[in-house]
Amino acid sequence: MSARMRSVTRWVGASAVVTTALTVWLGLWVTPPAEVQGTLARLLYLHPPIAWVALYCAFGVAALSSVLYLWHRTRSLFWDRLGASAVEVGVVFTALTLVTGSLWGRPTWGVWWTWTARLTSTALLLVLFLGYLALRRVPADPEVRARRCAVAALVAFVDVPIVTFSVDWWQTLHQRGTVLNPGLTLKVHGLMAWTMGLGFLAMTLVFVWMLLVRYRVEALSDRIGDEELEVSLSERWAEGSTPVTPVATTPVTTPVTPVATTPVTTPVTPVATTPVTPVATTLRQPAGGGR
Amino acid sequence: MWRDALLVAGKDIRIELRSRVALWQVLPFAVLVLVLFGFALGPGPKALRVAAPGLYWLAVLFSTVLATQRSMAIESGEGTRDGLRLSGIDPAGVFLGKAAAVAIQLVAVQVLLGAGIVVLFDVHVQTWWLALAASVLATIGLSAAGVLYGALSAGLRVRETLLPLLVLPIVAPVLISGSRAWSAAVSGAVASGASWLKILGPFAAVYLAVGVALYGPLQEVA
Repeated sequence: MSARMRSVTRWVGASAVVTTALTVWLGLWVTPPAEVQGTLARLLYLHPPIAWVALYCAFGVAALSSVLYLWHRTRSLFWDRLGASAVEVGVVFTALTLVTGSLWGRPTWGVWWTWTARLTSTALLLVLFLGYLALRRVPADPEVRARRCAVAALVAFVDVPIVTFSVDWWQTLHQRGTVLNPGLTLKVHGLMAWTMGLGFLAMTLVFVWMLLVRYRVEALSDRIGDEELEVSLSERWAEGSTPVTPVATTPVTTPVTPVATTPVTTPVTPVATTPVTPVATTLRQPAGGGR
Repeated sequence: MWRDALLVAGKDIRIELRSRVALWQVLPFAVLVLVLFGFALGPGPKALRVAAPGLYWLAVLFSTVLATQRSMAIESGEGTRDGLRLSGIDPAGVFLGKAAAVAIQLVAVQVLLGAGIVVLFDVHVQTWWLALAASVLATIGLSAAGVLYGALSAGLRVRETLLPLLVLPIVAPVLISGSRAWSAAVSGAVASGASWLKILGPFAAVYLAVGVALYGPLQEVA
């Protein structure tokens, strides 16, 4: 990642912190308690923005990048990493949506959980994308994993409207009108509306920042995998090429396998986007030339 | 594509008929699930009768996972997948064929399960056509989604544990609409039951389409 990208990340992060802090300040101290729900309504400055990020931003980015990866013209591991990062952040935000909703529901509805359409479909969505993350953790060749994960993300994404629809019916046909979210019917006071709007901005910025950072981690870990392979390869070559030196004077320091700690990365596909820097190869040249 | 699908389906079914894995493992498993549900809910006939449609579809879902695992295990032998690819058969045909083979097994499972809930849970279906239509659409959807995810996790060492996690949330709409439609079929409420077919139908169509489109790239993977 370029230096420019890093400074962008830093700026996004800083503004995310500032807007979040402002939302907290406005939400907890400045805005008055709501008429019906009292101070409970303050959770609504956070809960809808989190849900917005999870359902639309994160999984939208994931689906889009999966399509772009699968389409042969735009195929690049960039999309794979971006999609994976988006899903991971999205799963965190979906879980937060459920947790904050639950916290709000307990005092408002009297229960932590109720089988309304919204809740049920969100929970299913969480499980769907947890499956994606489980699939992603299975060790495989990067290209193979990318393709597999892109298909899985798309299939899960296609399922989202069907799940929503079916759960919606399932709930409305059989338990008509048990719970209507009273938060949505609140008249929103001017300042409260502003705070909520700020909440949306803050959470979106947090999402973008997390996405950027997560992408960087993903890219770096791929690069480390490649470079470590390169290092160990060059070590082996060095072993082969150096003539057998009379080693009497040098005490045998390291037995040859310094690579034991590195996770076994699949040997075949060198990722075209990350050129191996020659610096890295010199880092771990075995000192005595080995055996 | 259709001829290829027939070939692949014929091959899979022939293997099943000869190896008898479906016959001796999947079918008994489905019945076992029903009996276990009976234990869990107690002997009161009323509770069992009310829960029967849901239990039936849950048993079908579990059998789907087994059948898809089995369907992919057939292809996991030495060089089998390469052989299939080298044979020049259209990937979409492979997908449709494997899905058809799984669907046929699911039909067998459902006939047995249907008899099971009639005998064990004392259920009387009033509207047969509704139950049948729901079953047909659900079977198509289940086998398409199952084979698609089966191919996704084929060749992974952890597929036994991964596949249920991937497939079961995906087919949750089938569980919901299948059980509702069957409940309606049992109680004779045709209108509310028929509306559930509007979810089962699109589910089947969407997964068939996605499978036909994406099976090619998936097959290259393993």
